[in-house]
Amino acid sequence: MVLLQRPHILLLLIDTHQFLQCWIAFGSANEEGQQQEEFSEELLVKPLPDHKLLAHFHFQSSAPPSTSNGCHHHLFPKAISQLVQKFRVKEMELSFTQGRWNYESWGGFDPISSSNAKPPGVELWAVFDVPQHHIDASWKNLTHTLSGLFCASINFLESTATYSTPEWSFPPASGNVRYGTFPCEAVCTENLTPWLRLLPCRDKAGIALLLDRPSLYRGFYHSQRLHLTSTESSSEGIDSGIILEQTLTVVLQPNSERAIEVHASEKHVQPSWSLSSIFGKQVSGRCVLAKSSSVYLLLDRGLVAELKFPNKENGKSAANGLTSENFWSNPSFELSVNPDRIFLEESSSHSKSLSILYMFQVEKYSESEPFDIGLMWKVPVAWLCQQTPLHASRFLMGSGNERGAIAISLKSTQFTEGFMSANSKDGSCELRVDVFQVVPWYVKVYFHSLRVFVDQQPRAVSDFIEKIHVSPSKDKMSPGVMEVVLKLPCRVNTAALTIEFDKGFLRIDEYPPDANQGFDIPSAIISFPNFHASMVFLEDDSLNRSPLLSKFQDKCPVMSYTEVLLVPLTTPDFSMPYNVSTIKCTVFALYFGSLLNVLQRRVAEEERFLKAKAAKKTGRLPLLLSKLSAKLRGSGINQD
Amino acid sequence: MQDLCTMVHLCYCLFLVLSPLIELKDSQIIFCTDVVSAMLIRATGQNLRLAYLRSLESLDLVKQIEVSGDIAALIYLCNPFTIVACVGLSTSPIENMAVILCLYGACSRLIPLAAFGWVIATHLSLYPAILIIPVIFLLGCGPDSPPRKLFLQRHQQKEVLNQSKLPPRFSWGPVIHFAFWAFLWSVYVLVLCGISLKQFGGLWEMFKSTYGFILTVEDLSPNIGVLWYFFAEVFEFFRNFFLIVFHVNILFMILPLAIRLRHRPCYLAFVYVAICSMLKSYPSVGDSALYLGLLGWFVNELADMQFSLFLFCGYVGVSLLSPVMHNLWIWRGTGNANFYFATAMVYACLQIVLVVEGVSAMLNHDRKLRNLITGKPQDAKS
Repeated sequence: MVLLQRPHILLLLIDTHQFLQCWIAFGSANEEGQQQEEFSEELLVKPLPDHKLLAHFHFQSSAPPSTSNGCHHHLFPKAISQLVQKFRVKEMELSFTQGRWNYESWGGFDPISSSNAKPPGVELWAVFDVPQHHIDASWKNLTHTLSGLFCASINFLESTATYSTPEWSFPPASGNVRYGTFPCEAVCTENLTPWLRLLPCRDKAGIALLLDRPSLYRGFYHSQRLHLTSTESSSEGIDSGIILEQTLTVVLQPNSERAIEVHASEKHVQPSWSLSSIFGKQVSGRCVLAKSSSVYLLLDRGLVAELKFPNKENGKSAANGLTSENFWSNPSFELSVNPDRIFLEESSSHSKSLSILYMFQVEKYSESEPFDIGLMWKVPVAWLCQQTPLHASRFLMGSGNERGAIAISLKSTQFTEGFMSANSKDGSCELRVDVFQVVPWYVKVYFHSLRVFVDQQPRAVSDFIEKIHVSPSKDKMSPGVMEVVLKLPCRVNTAALTIEFDKGFLRIDEYPPDANQGFDIPSAIISFPNFHASMVFLEDDSLNRSPLLSKFQDKCPVMSYTEVLLVPLTTPDFSMPYNVSTIKCTVFALYFGSLLNVLQRRVAEEERFLKAKAAKKTGRLPLLLSKLSAKLRGSGINQD
Repeated sequence: MQDLCTMVHLCYCLFLVLSPLIELKDSQIIFCTDVVSAMLIRATGQNLRLAYLRSLESLDLVKQIEVSGDIAALIYLCNPFTIVACVGLSTSPIENMAVILCLYGACSRLIPLAAFGWVIATHLSLYPAILIIPVIFLLGCGPDSPPRKLFLQRHQQKEVLNQSKLPPRFSWGPVIHFAFWAFLWSVYVLVLCGISLKQFGGLWEMFKSTYGFILTVEDLSPNIGVLWYFFAEVFEFFRNFFLIVFHVNILFMILPLAIRLRHRPCYLAFVYVAICSMLKSYPSVGDSALYLGLLGWFVNELADMQFSLFLFCGYVGVSLLSPVMHNLWIWRGTGNANFYFATAMVYACLQIVLVVEGVSAMLNHDRKLRNLITGKPQDAKS
């Protein structure tokens, strides 16, 4: 009422309101000028030489520094940012893997296999920004938090006997890193669901909709990985906040029964596949919270060399992503959807042919018009993926449950031959191989028994080992860590490292429930620091850089994981604790009692007593009994 | 024969001695150690024999006794356990030599040598520390002799007190001398160890790793003793309690045996050595080789020991069966731990029987001497 009577006050209020709105709008526009939380989702599909298909999901969330944005997040998972702030994590990677990456068929030299081929079970490494003496406590708390977050038994990595501190041979990080791995952890949907819960759209919209659990877990290899970098707590000038990268790498077999078309003479042709045939679902539009949502199809160098594209233009003129007819229609295969852009790799030094990347934007599709990319092979094509310079494998030697030996063997691959012949300038080229191996304390390794075999000849260790760092194990306290830099001649055929060990004996409460299965020795990491796996696809749109392609451009070191070894240990009889204690204490009582008895025995008194008893004897039966008992006792008392 | 040899943390002293030898296999040091030990056993045995003859003379008993020194040396050298310990390049012969050195020095009144032997034996393996009691008796009273009151009874009967024929009273002079030398040697050893171990954590780390390891039974590898299986199976809650019980068992018997056998210090030493090698945390056949060799000194006194055949067959049986059971369990995987543990239990029982019957036989021997002297017409032979 007052307002109606005083119109100028009303006008003043309206103006203030409008002014405030403008100011808020201006302010938010200002905010848009600053960093905002971003989320992008990408899927990369790549056919593999052995008729399988690699699907690599890449979800990246970034949060600006908390100094400018506070602790409120609308896209970034709060659990992760709290974890980073509480434990002052600088960099962390956690991976859950089931299956073994087949380096021979699936390659080891491209960015995907270097970053995503992980050892079976759980692997966790972290770099902290805390003083040296607090790192172990931070690690312990971090393992417990992650264990609760991902429903996994990562908390077993808390004890000092399970994690180690690599000094210089761990390629992703060095210095204050703590590394722990747990090979016998089984990975299932219980671990995938909390991982997916960190995504803004979960698996309800966008590319994550494809994650059909039965299809995923039917695959040959699946690895979900969470990589976290933070510059929150660093003292450097650049403050880019937290970047959370979640990747899921699956190797699947395209089911020929569910293929699009079946040819009669399909014996040697690669099976055709589509997203709906593999995952049983289609992408019905992007996640609305994602800044970019794309699907890529990668044909790697070896495949491109076999496919023989007509009028292949090389170099930079074709790298501007023009949709050229030449690059997506080919007599060997056919795509069901036209790509939106085509990228050609920048020339690489290791191979003559270049990879081709087809990009499909998911923004154009929706529920009514779902996205389903499919590849149909018309002719059989066989190719080889680029492999690591040396193929690494590890095995156990010896028999029996007392001692044995671990052997790491390195074999040259076709890459080595091709590369080395091109690179032997002065004949003294050397191939540097870093080996990092952690062995649990109950496998007692004798580091002095390390032997090197090159081309199946035993050679002196000092000839080939340039640097070695060994941390012997302490019973129940710390594992045995070995870091070795090997310098092998470039034309090496095979090389092997063997090291002997003794098997330890544990108490019954230290054995797992299935004690007779054996104990796992975690994978060793073989890395080649002189080689870097990267694929450069130039993008002209620098504002909307694809995180996946930026990751590909990073020079990540080539590394491979060896197999996990299963060591059977002798087991005591678990049903015997009371029996053993009782028998043992009986023996001790026997010793104690009889010795004391002998020491304090008064023989003369005993004789007098027995004589008196004999004098009192009347009946025949007691006499017989006493004679019998004397005989049984032998020549005991009556010898004197 | 790794299962029959010790697997304890090697004492630093031995490590220093043996580390210049890159290959222990081709060196003769263990063999020489065994030969030296045999020589020392022979010398001590001769000492004991002379003392025995003298004491029998002073009691007016005449008997022809065997040469116990030679027998003991032969038993020690030809014992299969000694040979096995030597071939397996175990360090038990060196520990045995230290113990024998100590006893030889005490018997021959070479006090610095006795102190050196005792300090080194204790440093190498903790248990010979209890040999200080027989060494004190040896230095105070002299080698083995019948109980003092027998001499007094004898001379009461004869009504002549000839002081020269009585065994001397306990004298503290040599004992103090020995304590001084022992202190000197132990300071020397500890200082040397401290200097060389400065970069590895000093003396405390050494004590923790060697003596602490022996006392806390950290490593549970199977051996001929009985403690490994016990501590693998016992619940965590009772572990400390049982550790204390087992070690106190050794300590408890020191006093009763010392009281009863103080006139026979060498025999007391033998009993202590036998008890230690039975109840220690990481026994081996090298330890058995030692006390079986020392048993040879007392063939005269222990001639009437009961169950001797049973013990001999038992030892033979256990030494044959134990490696078989070990092989079955660990190498073939067909047996289980109970097989091997059973042989270890039988071995422990045999040693108990040996100790108990040995003590009993020695006490019987003294009783017989007393009966002879007091003229009881029960047994003519001595």
